[in-house]
Amino acid sequence: MLQDKDRIFTNIYGVHDWGLEGAKKRGQWSGTKDIIARGRDWIIDQVKASGLRGRGGAGFPTGLKWSFMPKESDGRPSYLVVNADESEPGTCKDREIMRHDPHHLVEGCLIAGFAMNAHTAFIYVRGEFIRERQNLQAAIDQAYDAGLLGKNNVHGWDFDIVVHHGAGAYICGEESALLESLEGKKGQPRLKPPFPAAVGLYGCPTTVNNVESIAAVPTILRRGADWFSSLGKPGNAGTKLFCISGHVERPCTVEEEMGIPLRELLEKHCGGVRGGWDNLLAVIPGGSSVPCVPANMCDDLGMDFDSLKAVKSGLGTAAVIVMDKSTDIIKAIARLSYFYKHESCGQCTPCREGTGWMWRVMERMVRGEAEKREIDMLIEVSTQIEGHTICALGDAAAWPVQGLVRHFRHVIEARIDEYTARATREGSVMEAAE
Amino acid sequence: MPKIIVDGNEIEVPADYTLMQACEAADVEIPRFCFHERLSVAGNCRMCLVELKGAPKPVASCSWLVRDCRPGPNGELPEVKTKSDVAKKARRGVMEFLLINHPLDCPICDQGGECDLQDQAMAFGVDGSRFHENKRAVEDKYIGPLVKTIMTRCIHCTRCVRFTTEIAGVSELGLIGRGEDAEITTYLEAALTSEMQGNVIDLCPVGALTARPYAFHARPWELVKTESVDVMDGVGCAIRVDTRGREVMRILPRLNEAVNEEWISDKTRFIWDGLRTQRLDRPYVKKDGRLTPASWQEAFAAIAAKVKGTDAKKIGAISGELASAEEIFALKSLMAGLGVANTDCRPAHSPLHPASGRASYLFNTSIAGIEDADAIMLIGTNPRKEAPVLNARIRKRFLRGGLEVGLVGAKADLTYPVTYCGAGPDSIQALIDDKSYDGKAERPMVIVGEGALNRPDGAAILSLAAKFAVARGAIREDWNGFNVLHSAAATVGGLDVGFVPGEGGLGTAGMVEAAGTGDLDVLFLMGADEIDMQALGNAFVVYMGSHGDAGAHRADVILPGAAYTEKSGLYVNTEGRVQLGLRAAFPPGEAREDWAILRALSGELGAKLPFDTLVALRAALVAAHPHFALVDEIAESDPKAVEALAGAGGSLDSAPFEPWIDDFYLTNPIARASKVMAECSALAHGLQAEAAE
Repeated sequence: MLQDKDRIFTNIYGVHDWGLEGAKKRGQWSGTKDIIARGRDWIIDQVKASGLRGRGGAGFPTGLKWSFMPKESDGRPSYLVVNADESEPGTCKDREIMRHDPHHLVEGCLIAGFAMNAHTAFIYVRGEFIRERQNLQAAIDQAYDAGLLGKNNVHGWDFDIVVHHGAGAYICGEESALLESLEGKKGQPRLKPPFPAAVGLYGCPTTVNNVESIAAVPTILRRGADWFSSLGKPGNAGTKLFCISGHVERPCTVEEEMGIPLRELLEKHCGGVRGGWDNLLAVIPGGSSVPCVPANMCDDLGMDFDSLKAVKSGLGTAAVIVMDKSTDIIKAIARLSYFYKHESCGQCTPCREGTGWMWRVMERMVRGEAEKREIDMLIEVSTQIEGHTICALGDAAAWPVQGLVRHFRHVIEARIDEYTARATREGSVMEAAE
Repeated sequence: MPKIIVDGNEIEVPADYTLMQACEAADVEIPRFCFHERLSVAGNCRMCLVELKGAPKPVASCSWLVRDCRPGPNGELPEVKTKSDVAKKARRGVMEFLLINHPLDCPICDQGGECDLQDQAMAFGVDGSRFHENKRAVEDKYIGPLVKTIMTRCIHCTRCVRFTTEIAGVSELGLIGRGEDAEITTYLEAALTSEMQGNVIDLCPVGALTARPYAFHARPWELVKTESVDVMDGVGCAIRVDTRGREVMRILPRLNEAVNEEWISDKTRFIWDGLRTQRLDRPYVKKDGRLTPASWQEAFAAIAAKVKGTDAKKIGAISGELASAEEIFALKSLMAGLGVANTDCRPAHSPLHPASGRASYLFNTSIAGIEDADAIMLIGTNPRKEAPVLNARIRKRFLRGGLEVGLVGAKADLTYPVTYCGAGPDSIQALIDDKSYDGKAERPMVIVGEGALNRPDGAAILSLAAKFAVARGAIREDWNGFNVLHSAAATVGGLDVGFVPGEGGLGTAGMVEAAGTGDLDVLFLMGADEIDMQALGNAFVVYMGSHGDAGAHRADVILPGAAYTEKSGLYVNTEGRVQLGLRAAFPPGEAREDWAILRALSGELGAKLPFDTLVALRAALVAAHPHFALVDEIAESDPKAVEALAGAGGSLDSAPFEPWIDDFYLTNPIARASKVMAECSALAHGLQAEAAE
């Protein structure tokens, strides 16, 4: 279990002052000038050495991402864009940072911006986050007033932070759709390549990072890459905010070491699964877009990128959705299918047409009003979406369904049998067949 | 150039090629819906997915560049597979997705037979459907009288959105909503205001956007296709006339990179219903103040009786906007035979004259040459109305960046930003005198429109415009930036033939005035409807033409002629490009081709023309003017003519330039007979009235 001294986010529950004074007391903004004085390459090397992987879901090494930015400007400015459009169902980590510990993020923006030669950062805040945005903006204003940001600030690197409020579309959390939205256009993902590091916001080199990734950076640099990489597992270093929701005694957001066993995570911090560990049906370990993991695979499941990949799921945003045996798992996944159908931007064909199709079939399967061969068809449709779309929303829509069929096919079949048996007595099968 | 393997064949292609272009270079066809080579890349239909070895998932070949391909771990060449299981599965999947919500109404769909979705479903799809849910239905949108929408058929390729935004320059179509509820519409279902909107019908790969006037009229396989040339404006767009029996059913664009690329204006496309109405199908002779049907013999006899008793000095002939070069040549020959010097093919007061050299009245830079220009000065012209396709070419050049456009004349929205430099001739003089100009433009263009030229001081304005072009360095050995934009299809042909007043003869304005004062007794109008018929006094008017328009109403004898789709003829566009129009249908009733009418009439008048066939007429035309033999080409002209023009000078009137065309949709007799054009005109004026309120 992570010791308190190793926590990065020391005010995640908002019990202390979230403002600049409180933040400084907790060690933030200390030695920022020294960090910047050590230069761009040192910062990127340290972040690389720390093993920090992007906290937005894909787990791409943060330092490596920063190193894609041009070292010398070709006349275009570079931009840092922070993705605070935290919309993944089950996820509630970035909002805790923004409302209770915003100076981590503000300081991180300055350091990351300096490391990628950017003088401006844009923070794209999810539309529904009103308080979060207020606190974040207040924290930024405090930093400006204290001379920590802005022109001629104490750090010697002119830096501006602009907070932009989104309108609440899930797709705007996709980095290129986020850039489109930020430019004032309709939030639809862009074709890649070119990647944002080459052609991003307003056609300029841009790096898009998750809030948690950026917010962790100042502490990593202060305490050293070795400290961060000593936590967690090789390749999955450091600490991570886990957001546990669903059928546990005390749902919570908690910072823990990467690779912590799921069972330990649930029992130490959340009071365990409702009705005991044996009552567990399945978990969705990384937010709605990753496949679920059934209880029999959860016993010694480590919560990190690679362990979860090994069970054909993913860490995603580390939003653990716990479902006990009272859950109608088909209905639960059908609800996710509805979500993806509703949030598809409609730009490219497989996602626009496929998500609706999957949802409608899922709805019938909830009632059992389907044929068993349609289960295979559903999987085929999901693979026709997966990997064929412009952005990853198609994949995200396909995976929960694939996870359901992979682990709970027997439940779907039983539901169909039950419906068919009942329907035969009522004579409605003939109607359906017409 | 990098090498790449496509389906096992190694080819060498430029690094900035997309995979789709590379595949085409390797003779491999890639299916596509959203991709169009003249529009920006959207990459949203996903039909063009191919397998790229080493890539984790199939890539969209329309947007993936050859330079983005990585070599294999041992330095192998990048390999694209278009026939692998991955690529086939991707295509089948996309095809299935496109079809699940596409209605199965092909039997009643106007796109049937020329539908990309049908064709590609046959080639790349599967035979059955696994979709058992309800299909999506989308409400149809009203977007104007030209484009009919059946939005349930839409596959959201956004070609129409990109065309209207990028090429036509009006951001009026868009995709609203999201996911499966996304719909293409105009804002609040307002009608499109572009005069190029008909092109979205060709671009739409399915039957979502079809031609409203053509709806349910014909099937593509019943139509006979004739490749021809458009005469609605001076551009001379390449068109294909589709006929069934003797009726023109529709007009489509043909590819001609030098002129219209693949676009045509709405007037060109939807004019065809005007070819059926108000037609002159038999000769008429005025008896006791009323036009009464007559035989050809009676009509000719009436003309002969009048002409034979009239002095040649009191006879005149004016050719109209839609006449072919052969007809003008035949009319000129006839008038020469009668000793008539009062002949003209130009609008009233036009200063253009073949004696000044061909470069003095052509669009010398050429339409394709617009793409090389870096500055354009428009003088007394609104190319959006006078030549929409040419205007689209200017916009295309503007979109590439680094083009400045100035305007002297009436203010107008041209779909690209212009710097307004004044209203009349004084402003051109001011520009010439402007010493602060730093001469940045390397290839400047001056485009003079008929609004500036067709006025009493036209010659002085033409000279001033030439002077401006010379002053700005637009006349060089490698670049001729002096351009006259003609709004009529016949004028350049007429000037080339030399159908201008002869020795001591009167021009158009002079003839009209002389007719009013009684100094001109007989006036031949060959399709000339744009002159003031009220001013013709008691002159004996012979009208030769296809439609019962202004000229026919005033005429004393009507000789029914053929419209442009009913005859073969040479037309010279504003660039001086000779183009051949072909006959797609036959003229109605007793109407005849105009050259044949002139030939028959010449016998009655005792000045028999020396050709009995169109071939012989064309041969005589080419013998007199050899450049007419160079079809589809522009004969070279000497830019010295422009310099000479610059020195001509003349006294200027300071009145501002008036717009030459107020109603784009009603510029000629065919358009005025068209119900569709009338509807468009009313709509355009209604919108203007609303905006003014």
